[in-house]
Amino acid sequence: MTVLDCASPAFGVYCHIPFCTHRCDYCAFATWTDRNHLIGDYMASCRRQARELAGGMPPVTSVFFGGGTPNLVPPSLLGDVLAELPLARGAEITVECNPDLVTPEQMQAYRALGVNRISLGVQSAVPHVLDVLGRRHDPQMVTASVDAVRRAGIGQLNLDLIYGTPTESLADWQRTLVEAIDLGPDHLSVYGLTPEPGTPLGDDPSRRPDDDEMADKYLIADELLSRVGYEIYEISNWARPGAQCRHNLLYWQQGSYAGIGCAAHSHRGGRRFWSVRTPERFIAAISAGTSPMAGSEELEPDERRVEALQLALRTSVGVPADALPDDVEHLLEPAAGGRLKLTARGRLLANEVAVRLGLPSEQ
Amino acid sequence: MLSVSKPTPQGTVRPAMPHVPPAAAIPIGGAGTGSIRNFSIIAHIDHGKSTLSDRILELTGAVEERSMRAQYLDSMELERERGITIKAQNVRVSWRGHTLHLIDTPGHVDFGYEVSRSLAACEGVVLLVDAAQGIEAQTLANCYLALESDLTIVPVLNKIDLPAAEPDLYASEIERVLGIDSGEVLAISAKTGEGVEALLDAIIERIPPPGGDPHAPLQALIFDSHFDQYRGVVSSVRVVNGRLCAGDRLRFMHAGGLHLSEEVGLRLPAVTPTDALGPGEVGYLIAGIKDVAEARSGETVTSAAAPADAPLAGYDDPKPMVFCGLYPVDGDEYPDLRDALAKLRLNDASVTFEPETSGALGFGFRCGFLGLLHMEIVRERLEREFGLSLIATAPSVAYRVRTDDDQELEVDNPSDLPAAGQIAEIAEPMLTVSVLTPSSYTGAVMDLCQSRRGSMTSMDYLSPERVELRYELPLAEVVTDFFDQLKSRTQGYASLDYDHAGYRAERLVRVDILLNGEPVDAFSAVRHRDGAYPYGKAITAKLAELIPRQLFDVPIQAAIGGRIIARETVKAKRKDVLSKCYGGDITRKRKLLERQKEGKKRMKAIGRVEVPNEAFVSALRLDQ
Repeated sequence: MTVLDCASPAFGVYCHIPFCTHRCDYCAFATWTDRNHLIGDYMASCRRQARELAGGMPPVTSVFFGGGTPNLVPPSLLGDVLAELPLARGAEITVECNPDLVTPEQMQAYRALGVNRISLGVQSAVPHVLDVLGRRHDPQMVTASVDAVRRAGIGQLNLDLIYGTPTESLADWQRTLVEAIDLGPDHLSVYGLTPEPGTPLGDDPSRRPDDDEMADKYLIADELLSRVGYEIYEISNWARPGAQCRHNLLYWQQGSYAGIGCAAHSHRGGRRFWSVRTPERFIAAISAGTSPMAGSEELEPDERRVEALQLALRTSVGVPADALPDDVEHLLEPAAGGRLKLTARGRLLANEVAVRLGLPSEQ
Repeated sequence: MLSVSKPTPQGTVRPAMPHVPPAAAIPIGGAGTGSIRNFSIIAHIDHGKSTLSDRILELTGAVEERSMRAQYLDSMELERERGITIKAQNVRVSWRGHTLHLIDTPGHVDFGYEVSRSLAACEGVVLLVDAAQGIEAQTLANCYLALESDLTIVPVLNKIDLPAAEPDLYASEIERVLGIDSGEVLAISAKTGEGVEALLDAIIERIPPPGGDPHAPLQALIFDSHFDQYRGVVSSVRVVNGRLCAGDRLRFMHAGGLHLSEEVGLRLPAVTPTDALGPGEVGYLIAGIKDVAEARSGETVTSAAAPADAPLAGYDDPKPMVFCGLYPVDGDEYPDLRDALAKLRLNDASVTFEPETSGALGFGFRCGFLGLLHMEIVRERLEREFGLSLIATAPSVAYRVRTDDDQELEVDNPSDLPAAGQIAEIAEPMLTVSVLTPSSYTGAVMDLCQSRRGSMTSMDYLSPERVELRYELPLAEVVTDFFDQLKSRTQGYASLDYDHAGYRAERLVRVDILLNGEPVDAFSAVRHRDGAYPYGKAITAKLAELIPRQLFDVPIQAAIGGRIIARETVKAKRKDVLSKCYGGDITRKRKLLERQKEGKKRMKAIGRVEVPNEAFVSALRLDQ
């Protein structure tokens, strides 16, 4: 847990790539399948924004290319953005990849750019579950992708998994977990399927996952992953010791980061702000030399402290014992420094616990 | 029912409606009493009363065209929507040298007392019957009321333009039921206007003019009052004796108040102030009164300087029969609800209310109503006119309880009932119910009445096709959707009238609903022993659906005393988490948690269980 406790100033950059070849049925992100002709202009605008922001940045300790499908974009265009940033020595650089687009050459190119972490959207090892999710890759592509990452010498690998897909049995989920573990990743992000309004999944009540089954699946994941040596450090994230994602830790530590591209969020100097949602508007703003910012918020000091507690509650760092009332005692267990963290059952009820958070008395 | 025209047993009171010859020589309010006719229209809902009223207004030139509102007399929004009259209105028109006062009567059994007061202002009634449907139970009841009051009845079959009209059949039904010669029955179409002039002529010919002595001390009957926010209480009055003048000091004989007559006037139907109203005249009175309870239907107004010896007969204080708790959905609106009830009572003195506290629903009021429709109307008015969002508990009746130590209690809230062990006897209010139905639905009506613990007292055929069934039924069984059931089982053809018939001791028990072991007072109900289990089963199942899962298992039980008769469990909640919380999710997640926190504030805590208000609202609505 040394990284969580690390006091050295960290600063992250998130770059949003809003392009996909296909939209998955559960996806509510800012991403489009019909605008790939914009890729060149869009990446050039990202590069220009990176250049403009770079001057005001401290050394960048992590970069995350997320999406969308970042590996739909030629690696050199990601490299152009990277080249503008004042990277700290040993910075963590992650690219989210869709397995059906991964090639050995792509991974070698990433390696050459300094990318040292790949996050693969595996979701499930079971074909009929992938069908329901609207995913198009087959399980062999995952094996080949992992192989390509390793051969390129990219040091860290995360696999994204989704549980709770309609038609997914407990056995299906167990199989997904076992096969993912067999691939030997350093890190696993395990998400419950969340039906967001406006998505094909969210709009069809018959495809809503059942809460009890979701809870069972989460507990199965927790049990299996901890048994083979992964440590949970956030509600949905497990890692081998020392392999936590530094970039994502920033989010839960209320750290500072800059967003690049459309629909990207920034947090600097206690202020949160986000850019316009569509790539067209982003390109237009950058080429006009105006701010792509769409909105912002700045919290009162007390609100900010509550937010810090809400975020910390998600992690294994936990919260001070007096920040929570007794009626959720059974969902908590001791953490380092006399703090309390959520048990596995407690993590499943994190919202219920979070709404009970109050500012602890000053010590 | 009350007789309105007979002197009280003391014999000191003047008859309310003396049918003495008109003192034609004396000019009163511009007209002699000989040219005055006061009448009411008795009709079932949808039999065309409002259409006929409109037609009369048009024919007499009172309303030029339909320039005002269609169906002028039904002015209250709710009345227009429901097609019924709640508050009595009156209008004065002229026809062939005569002055006609049309006095509208409330159209629902809940308002029987108000009907009797309206009839007390008349010398005759027009019995309006749909020529395709025949006479209905309540019309019949009001007609009997008119006959008891010695009013002249002008029978009319309406809607003769309809292909389904059978005027001959229903004329002979009227003859058989009311003993009026079928040859006297007029046939009209209020819609086309056919026969309406002849009806107006018949009103003048058949209904006697009012009597009254203009020189006697003033006696004027109030038969309706409503509250106007600018003028205060506006009362509809019928002068019986003496003169009611603007500027006089008046004594209200029952309420005891002294008031200055600020304005008297006529409704033509436009409000038209005048100097005075004389015997037989109908109009309005404004006397600076702020509360309708000071000027209730049945009140007698006299002169403060030269008062009458005694009030007119027939005054009664209608007692609420149906009760429920009304609570604001948002507890902060309690003061608003209190103000709204106080204002509403200015207009409807028959509503009663007193503060009540419920563990489940917080602060509210125990309210009493004349009947179920009255309850619904009051609740709708509170929500609509005062912008409140309310929870109503299941309607209850007032039980009479004798305890083991021989105390007599009247209990209108089931949760106030003493423990079962302390009750020696419990009695419930009964009704005599009359149902008129096409004979093909006899079986369906009998089934319904029997399932509601009814016992039949008589069955009479009005014609081979129509039958009147008379039952004795507990009021409590009638206030829970009896009317809706009757309508649906007879495809809307049956009609209902009822009268109160005292109390009867029964095997009644209180069913309590326990949430995680805590009783939820809002769901306590008194049931016949045989109905207790189905009620317990239904309400626990309903609540199990509506109560969200908590952090622990929540048992929902129905109990009689200490004995559990039904049980459901809401299993503990297991998942309430946002899987993803990255840079772009943080603001959204914080807002979501804020909303969730706000949501908790809107929940009522029953012990440790958090219940959203909506769950109570839904469960209580389903219960009705």
